[in-house]
Parts: sequence; C-alpha cells; structure tokens
Amino acid sequence: MIQKFDAIEKEAVAAMEEKQNNDIPQIYVGCATCGNATGAQSVVQTIKNKLDKENVTAEIKEVGCIGMCFAEVLVDVIKPGRPRISYQDVTPEKAEEIIDSYILNDDHRPDLALGFFGEGGPEDIEQIDTGDVFKNQQRVILKNCGVIDPENINEYIARGGYKGLAEALEMKQEEIIGVLKDSGLRGRGGAGFPAGRKWESCLKPQADQKYVICNADEGDPGAFMDRSVLEGDPHSVIEGMIIAGYTIGSSKGYFYVRAEYPLAINRLRKALAQAREKNLLGENILGTGFDFDLEIFQGAGAFVCGESTALVMSIEGNRGWPKPLPRPRTTEQGLWDKPTLLNNVKTFSVVPQILSKGADWFKSIGTEGSPGTAVFALTGTINRSGLIEVPMGIELKKIIYEVGGGILNDRKFKAVQTGGPSGGCLPEDKLHLSVDFDTLVEAGSMMGSGGMVVIDETTCMVDVARYFLDFTFEESCGQCVPCRQGTQQMLEVLNDICEGRGREGDIEHLLELGDSIIKSSICGLGQTAPNPVLSTVQYFRDEYEAHIRDHACPALVCKNLIVFTIDEEKCTACGRCRKACPVEAISGEKKVPHKIDQSKCTKCGICFQECPERFSAVVRLTGKENLAAAARGRLSDV
Amino acid sequence: MFKVTINGLDIEVEKGTTVFEAAEKAGIYIPTLCHHPDLPTFGGCRVCMVDADGKIVTACRAPVTDGMVVKTDTEEVSKVRLSNVELLLASHNKDCQSCTRNNSCRLQEVSAFVGINQERMRQIRRSVEPVKPDDSNPFFHRDFTRCILCGICIRTCQEINGVAAIDFAFRGFHTKVSVLGDKPIKDSHCESCGECLVRCPTGALYLSRPETPEREVESVCTYCGVGCGIKLGVRGDRVVHVEGNRDNEVNRGDLCVKGRFGFDFINHPERLKTPLIKKDGIFVEASWDEALDFVADKMSDIKSKHGADALGGISSARCSSEETYLFQKIFRALGTNNVDHCARL
Repeated sequence: MIQKFDAIEKEAVAAMEEKQNNDIPQIYVGCATCGNATGAQSVVQTIKNKLDKENVTAEIKEVGCIGMCFAEVLVDVIKPGRPRISYQDVTPEKAEEIIDSYILNDDHRPDLALGFFGEGGPEDIEQIDTGDVFKNQQRVILKNCGVIDPENINEYIARGGYKGLAEALEMKQEEIIGVLKDSGLRGRGGAGFPAGRKWESCLKPQADQKYVICNADEGDPGAFMDRSVLEGDPHSVIEGMIIAGYTIGSSKGYFYVRAEYPLAINRLRKALAQAREKNLLGENILGTGFDFDLEIFQGAGAFVCGESTALVMSIEGNRGWPKPLPRPRTTEQGLWDKPTLLNNVKTFSVVPQILSKGADWFKSIGTEGSPGTAVFALTGTINRSGLIEVPMGIELKKIIYEVGGGILNDRKFKAVQTGGPSGGCLPEDKLHLSVDFDTLVEAGSMMGSGGMVVIDETTCMVDVARYFLDFTFEESCGQCVPCRQGTQQMLEVLNDICEGRGREGDIEHLLELGDSIIKSSICGLGQTAPNPVLSTVQYFRDEYEAHIRDHACPALVCKNLIVFTIDEEKCTACGRCRKACPVEAISGEKKVPHKIDQSKCTKCGICFQECPERFSAVVRLTGKENLAAAARGRLSDV
Repeated sequence: MFKVTINGLDIEVEKGTTVFEAAEKAGIYIPTLCHHPDLPTFGGCRVCMVDADGKIVTACRAPVTDGMVVKTDTEEVSKVRLSNVELLLASHNKDCQSCTRNNSCRLQEVSAFVGINQERMRQIRRSVEPVKPDDSNPFFHRDFTRCILCGICIRTCQEINGVAAIDFAFRGFHTKVSVLGDKPIKDSHCESCGECLVRCPTGALYLSRPETPEREVESVCTYCGVGCGIKLGVRGDRVVHVEGNRDNEVNRGDLCVKGRFGFDFINHPERLKTPLIKKDGIFVEASWDEALDFVADKMSDIKSKHGADALGGISSARCSSEETYLFQKIFRALGTNNVDHCARL
C-alpha cells in the first residue's frame, strides 16, 4: 500500500476514534434533499438550540438519506455504549422531547422510536436492520448513505474509503480492467453495458487527452437514486472516477449534474476540495505522479442530456442533441473528439469497493448475468416508500410486499412501473420475475436507472401511459420525426381515449406508431418512449377497450368518463359534501338527501373524499349510459 | 472499390460512399426530406430508412461496406417510412393550392412515393398550430405551418453563407427554426441571400412576390465584378425571377441578396437605357456612337493640351472583372496610370 495513503488513513481513523472515545452522544439527522424537504433543517436548528440551552455537549451529524423516506425526518441517537436508536417523523417539538427524555434522562421513548440498529437495543422497540425494511436489502452502493457525514472526508476514509484508489494506483491499468471484467459489473445507467469492456475500449485509443464523465443527469419522474448517492456519499463517486482516470490514462473528469440538484452540487464541491487537500485529487496524486482533476458541469435539466452523446454535446456548449448513427463511439471520440469514458453515478461509486474487496466478492452478490445490487427509488401507492438497495435477482414481489410493506391502505395491487418513461408496467402475474437487466426487458419493461413506481387498483392504466408519454413528449429533443411527432401523436390519441373521444382502431394505431418510433428514432429516448404504452396495451388492453368502446374508465379516474352522484338511500344529509363543493353544485337541506347538479359539477372529487366512509353515499359512475344520463340531467334513471 | 447489391442490382462504389449515394448511382430512388447534396447530412427526417444487411439504417448517413446487401422496399422499411411521412403531414398545413411550392414540393413528392392512404390518415390526429407567418423580410417570408424541421435552411446558413443567422430553438414538438431571441428575421443578422429559400424542400420559406416565369434566359449578374451566372425568369417582357445558375463555374448557383432579389431596376420606368450628354445644362439622350465620339474628342483634346497624366478613369463596381481589366488597359494605352475604382473610394 502506498505509504502516503497509510498516513492519511491513520489520521482519519484516529480522528474518528477520538470522537467515539469522547463519551458524548452522537445525533444523526437525515439531511438529504428528502429530509430537508420534510423540515430536517429546522429540526437540526432546534436540536442545536436545545443542547445549548441545556448545556449538553453532543455531536450533531447531518447525514445523507438512509432510504426510509416514509419516516422522514429521521433523527438517530447514539449514546455512548448504546446502540443507534432511530426516531421517525421528527418535528422540532418532538426533537426537544427526545433530548429531554433520552439524552438528558434515560427514557428512549418507544412511542417516538422507529427502532434500533445493531444488537442489544431495548426490547420494546424493533431492530431495524433485521426487520422487514432491511432484511432483504444489501447495502453496497448505499453503505455510507445515512451513516457518515458526507461533508467530512475522514468519515469516508475511516470506513474504508479511498483504499480502492490506493490499491488501484499500485496496479497496472490492464489489471484493473481485468478485475472489473471479472466482476461482471454492468453499467447502472439503465442499459447494463459491461463496465470492464467500456473501460477497456477507452484505454486502447492513443490520445493526448482523455476524459472521464460521470452522468448524474438523473431525470426520470420519481427517481432519486443518483441524487441520494451524491448527497449521502459523494466521495465514493469521486474515488471511482479517479480510479477510472488512472485506468484509462485521463487527467480530467467532469460531473454532469443537473442544476436542480443544488445540495448534491454543494456537497460535491466540498468533497472535491477536501480530496484535493488530502492529495487524493489534483496533481501528483499520493505522490505517484498521476494527475487527475474533476470539474462540475451543471446541466440545464433536459432529460435527453442523460443520453451520452447529447450530454457530450451539452458540455461542449452545443444544443443537447444526440448524435445520429452511424457515429464514432464515445469511448473513441467523445468530448471534444477525445476518448471519453462515461458512466453512471452508481457505477463509479461501486468500483472502489470492487477493487478493495475483489471481483469474487462482487460476483457473490446478485445473479450470474447481473452481479451486484440494484438501487431503486421505490415510490407510488406503497406503505414504505424510499431508497432501497437489493441484490440483483430478488423477486419483484419481495421488494413490494416485504421491503415496501405492501400496498397503501390495503388496496389491490395493479402494476409496477420500472425503468421510468423508458420502461413499462408489469401486472400481478409478473411479480414472480426477478429483478435484473435481462429478465425485465423480456417482460416488456426494463431496469432503467432505478425508478420503481407501484400502482394500485385506483389508478387508470391508460392514464398512467398518458402520464409517461406526456413526459417524453415534453422532453423529446425535436431532432427526429418519429420521436418529435410520434410522441405527440401518441399523446393526442391517449388524450382522446382518456377523454371519451377514442376511436375504433386507436389501439392498433398506437401499436403501429410505437413500432415505428422504436425502429426509427435516433436515440434511446425515442427508441423507448412507446414502452409505457406498449406494455400497458399488452397487459391491460381491456382498460383501453373499455375507454374506447364503452366510454368507461374501470379505475374511475378519467374525469371525462366519470360522473359523481349521491346515493339517496345512503345519504344522511350531513351537508359535508355540500359545504365542501367549491362550485356549489350540491344542493339539499337538512334531512333531505343531497343532489349534484351535473351541469355545474367540475368532477374535482372533493365530495367523494368528504363523504364519511361509513356512509359512502357519493359514488362515481362510468360508461356511456351513465354519462348520457348525466348529460340529460337524469342520472337517477340509471 | 466496394461491391454493393441494392435491390438485386450489383454496383461498385468507392469506399466512404453512403448507401444513399450508392442507390443514386444505381438509379434507385430513395425518398428523403432532410438530405441535400450541398450540405452535411443531418439524419433527422428518418424517411430514407433502408434495410442494410438486415438492419434498418438511414441511407443518407450509413456508409456502404463491402458486400453489403441493401433492400429499399421491404415491408418493414415501407411501414417506417410511411409512418414518419404521415406524422409530418399530421402537423403540416394541408392547403397545398395556396402554397407557392405546390407541385414542386419535396413533401408532396415523398408522400406520393410512400403512398399516403386516406383511410389511415383518418386515424391520425391532426394538429397544426396556427402561427402567423414571419413577413418581416421584404424578399421572403417564413410560414411555420409548412416547416418540416429538416434543418436544411440552418445548415445552408452555416455551411454555405457562413452567417448562422438561424438555428433550432425550443424543444420537441415545440421546436422551430428561429433567429436569436425568436425575433422576426429582419431583426437578425440574416443577410437575405435567399440560399435557404432555394433549398427549402417545402413552402415554409417562400418569395414575398412569387411569379412563375414563362421562359428562362441565361445571363451574368451586373451587380459586381464577381460576375455570377444567373437565370432570368421572364414573363412577357418583364424579368420576374432570378435564379443562380448551378452550371456556372463562378458561383455554382449561389447568389447574394442583390443578385437574387434586386432585379426591380430592370423593368423600372426611370432606368437609363441610353447614354446622356449634357447640352445647355440639360442631360439629353444620345446614341452610343454619339456618346463615344464625344468622350474620345474630349479626351484627345485634354491629352494634347495638358498631357496624358491630366486624364484619369474611375471604373464602376458594377463592371465585371473582365470589363475592369479592359478599362485600365485603355487608360494605360492612353499613356496614364491614373486608374481607380469606385469600390476603393
């Protein structure tokens, strides 16, 4: 091991040990964007004030996201010699209570606690790391997120950070590529291209300059994996990029981060400065003579700039348009026509661990074809939404029902959407499928970069397809006809179907369009844009047909196809719906069942929500007959 | 040389040839909307797609490989081409009769080739955003409802005229060809050379005063010494149109704003058609012989009285290079080097 690194490591470990031996409580507050959005910063302030007031010394750490977004704001307390206790849904008031009860006294407040990590915790609260949320998870990429202070490089180093770099610097470039190839690591950006092969094809070309680019242009709706890694563990990505620079013979790298990620950019900046200070980045790294530096390039938020050639165009100052085929490979002629290695945040962040722990360790996780772990942003109508990391090959079912805790309000599962706007929706009978790069593609969806949206019975699948199409329609760059005009055409047809103007033949029209768009679009955005439509037609064709033929939305979602009415027999004339109606469409007096004037009703659904569940007097109807009766003002005839 | 088979026809082409060029050589038509032989390829219209060794590629960009088998008319190719043309038509102004490019429109030509089917078009949702044409430029206007975003005008402005006054703006379906700041084109640094207009495959760029000529007369532009070859379009005894002569070595069809649009003077009632000699303080029309005699007499007179260096000649910028050459010859023959040119003043 490089001597210079030994000293750095010792210093970091000593600094950490000193803290632990301090005999003061440590308080972790989840301060990633997710935490901050739920009020983590005011919790931090309250804790600081309270500790000052009580004259208590404690260490407060603003950590990244541990993934339990459903429980934010999360505050964890480690008292000397005790396990880490996690408190959920913490408000400033609750934070004061926790300090009063647990830090000043010894009541760990089971009523506020989510549980504890490790062993030997109080019996009246749950052990989190062996519980449902974590038992199926395997934290590799996220191992430091929510654990270390991302703004303190020593914490990263003390947990094995930069060891991979120190080892890599003593290896031959081909050896590093050999380890990567052997590990079977596939790019985490979505396509799953073997990373070792990509690095190798970038090592080969001779050039006076090569570049390393980290693609952090995460833009799928509902995806926040890359952001969480950058906010929670920026050094892991930096380390991976330095290793990449050394391996391919590059002295310059770029982070392409969207400007909508200010916290990630801020933490990256600080991390880069700290790495430079420790001589892990910059000139003559660790005295080996290897120069490498990183720059942050802020993207303006175009989804298409996540496509490698569009991203390169964007850094070059051009319009972010993908380059049409045939074109030189980015690894041979990328940024400013120089060989360029471009990988996703998660790909870079896992490389240091592969180098320090070995290819066999990595291969022991996941499946043969897709080794390692998959990070998902699990969202939708699910009990425990959040950021999860599971071994590849896990069944979808396990993710949804065990890690995610099942469907919200015990409703019925309908579909799971993976791969964001490029992916597809899988129905219940596909839940036995395992999560890896190849299986999901075969089923008509894809891994993508890691968005996973759970959809229940109250969601209309045509509307879901429309939602994603609307996204790709807005984000299409406009260069090629099939994507520019085709997504617009598909969206128009879906709008028509959802609004009762669907025509016979529309489903076939959508399928034909989809086929042509996939075959003739320039880049991956267009080539995958029809997937949400094609997969919903494949698995939920009956819903499309109901919309078109019967003007019926089976999930009772599409506004133009439903009417709200009040069941006279169930209505107790409580007046709640009448008072809540924003357009005064509901009439009725005390003890007289209420009525909805269909000509005034805007179908906002407030009356439906207001009507107490024990009455359930406001009902939604759909279908041609009901719509026609409502239009005639004689819904009661039906 | 590479051997390529296109639709069963064997041809030999040089390495680096595109499939499109190879097909052209074999006399096979491949429809395209964004490709132009004067310009670098774009590859955005996706209409020139063909099957090359079993893969669907854009003929305009794909280079041939030795032994490549190209099929331009498979079911898959036809479907993709048809779909992309249908999609363009869905947002295209369909009032062809009022379009200046009716019957000379590439979109019409390609539509006819791929075989637009009214039955299928009925399934397609039409959406043409009603946008007012940009009529700020006195010579040509821009109709966005007829633009197919092929980018030919943009590449022309960058690659041929080197001005880059226009580029794509906005994104996706909202993409449009725009000047900086989406202003009217007269507020840009557009030089109105009209090269974009000539290459526009549809009626998106059109002449503000279009008139179809009855016949064509080859000529040379009289505006400057370059002497660009032009074709004058004549209707009756009026010049109604000017086009660059692509066969002319000097300009290969390119023209500037004056040569292309500045032809009003030809039919102007105040245009001088004879020399004028001032008699008793008033300019009077004269014949060429009369005028030349008058000038020759005066010059001989001055030379004999004051010597040759009392003479001097200033040539016009509207003379061709050859005329300017002859002009200086005359003066040197007269014995003086006092020759100059108005463009230097």
